[in-house]
Amino acid sequence: MAETDTRPVPFRGGGFRPRQVRGVGLAVFVALIALIEWGTRAGVISSLTLPRPSDVGTTLLDLAESGMLWTHMAPSLTRLAVGSALGVSAGIGIGVLIGLFSMVRAGLIPLVAALFPIPKIALLPLFVIWFGIDEGSKYALIALGTFTPTVVATYGAVDNVDRTLIRMGQSFGLTWLSIVRKIVLPGALPGILSGLRVSLAIGIILLVAAEMLGAEYGIGAYILQAGSLYDLERLFAGVVILSALGVATSSAIGWAERRMLAWRG
Amino acid sequence: MDLTLSNLTHRYGATEVLSGIDLDIAHGRILCIVGPSGCGKSTLLRMIGGLERPTSGSVLQRGAVPPDCLNPLTYIFQDFALLPWRSVAGNIALVLEDHRLPGPRRDQIIADVLARTNLTEFRNAWPRQLSGGMKQRVAIARALAVNPAVMLMDEPLSALDAQTRELLMDDLVALWTRAPFTAVYVTHNLAEAVRLGHRIVVLSRRPGRIREIVEIDTPLADRHAGDPALEAHQAHLWQLMRDEAAAADMELQNG
Repeated sequence: MAETDTRPVPFRGGGFRPRQVRGVGLAVFVALIALIEWGTRAGVISSLTLPRPSDVGTTLLDLAESGMLWTHMAPSLTRLAVGSALGVSAGIGIGVLIGLFSMVRAGLIPLVAALFPIPKIALLPLFVIWFGIDEGSKYALIALGTFTPTVVATYGAVDNVDRTLIRMGQSFGLTWLSIVRKIVLPGALPGILSGLRVSLAIGIILLVAAEMLGAEYGIGAYILQAGSLYDLERLFAGVVILSALGVATSSAIGWAERRMLAWRG
Repeated sequence: MDLTLSNLTHRYGATEVLSGIDLDIAHGRILCIVGPSGCGKSTLLRMIGGLERPTSGSVLQRGAVPPDCLNPLTYIFQDFALLPWRSVAGNIALVLEDHRLPGPRRDQIIADVLARTNLTEFRNAWPRQLSGGMKQRVAIARALAVNPAVMLMDEPLSALDAQTRELLMDDLVALWTRAPFTAVYVTHNLAEAVRLGHRIVVLSRRPGRIREIVEIDTPLADRHAGDPALEAHQAHLWQLMRDEAAAADMELQNG
């Protein structure tokens, strides 16, 4: 300690804090496509392995110009909207009931647990018998597929509502209905919305599965036709449309979160 | 309206937490309940307000409820219990909405309680934007809005830092001096108890029994930090609790 050895204290903090970096996601995307484009042109990647991205783009443009894009999109979007609207609304309803009533919880959680792991695609023949080969079976498949994850997310969200807020409501003599409407549901909304992201992604997966059986038009039917002909450009064009659909639903939920959960800041 | 607790006893399973509590809660005065941790003081408060059922004994309400009182027994919670998705005014409106008040009357109550707690300019703020002290002021405003017969305060200042605690104690004293209210104030902080309590009930360690009731006659407005008479009361209370607090500290949880 006699020596006066003066050094700055080394910095050991920092890190472990994700921050928002703009444009990197897009850059990765562009770089990957550019790499594939270059590879297919240079011959490093054979045209049997991957289609050329520019060809996929041309296919998409042709599809749009011929009007066939909309012919395929319209039935798919309708199926996704009707099926997931049925599944999600039933899921939120049942989920809230499970969260609120012990009897419903005891009765339905095992049932939901039994339904959840069934690959819904395996039930498609059954749905065809029950609801017909037309739209009914497709709606049912998407509805059941979105129903189970929504139920699980919803009752989890209701369970996580701060009990002290509910006690507060009771202590001020709020009616049961007021407590549910003004405390339980808004408290569960963040959990329900993030469950919705998963549910709708599952809905898109099942949309394609449903359209692989007895659909003339639809993104799934389009992909299936292309696949059976090994027409990779069209197959990938279909895949691009599905990805875009996924991004669109995800950002729609993001928009809803920003609007409805403004209080989180 | 007065409250009477008679022979209140409570058990969680085999553990007796409260034993034979007899107590009168008189109109227009603040009753403080102090005791070592785990003595059941918060449980007692939940029973007084009907949020929990005692194993035996009863809580009786005597006399008429004031006519314009919307919620006779009203809590102020330690963790504020504000709805994060409602603004300051919205949180106060919440407790009025079920009472079918005409709109202008409701707005008038909200404006009045916000003014009394100096929150008028924060009426549209979100709870997340407020400091702990401000949040508790909102909770106090919300409690005042229903014009309670008895305020049940469960460690209302324990989540706040020492300086904010001083400021809020002054606010409570000012509110009481302007319009005396009846309150049951649970705390483990003896300085708060001697500042705000007209009567101080000391509970023993689990199972909680009433050990002593201390009366302090000095008017609330004349009590100041460092007052020798108050310090003497506080020292006396600490004397009563010290050994038990030490023993309670050594206890195993759920033992």
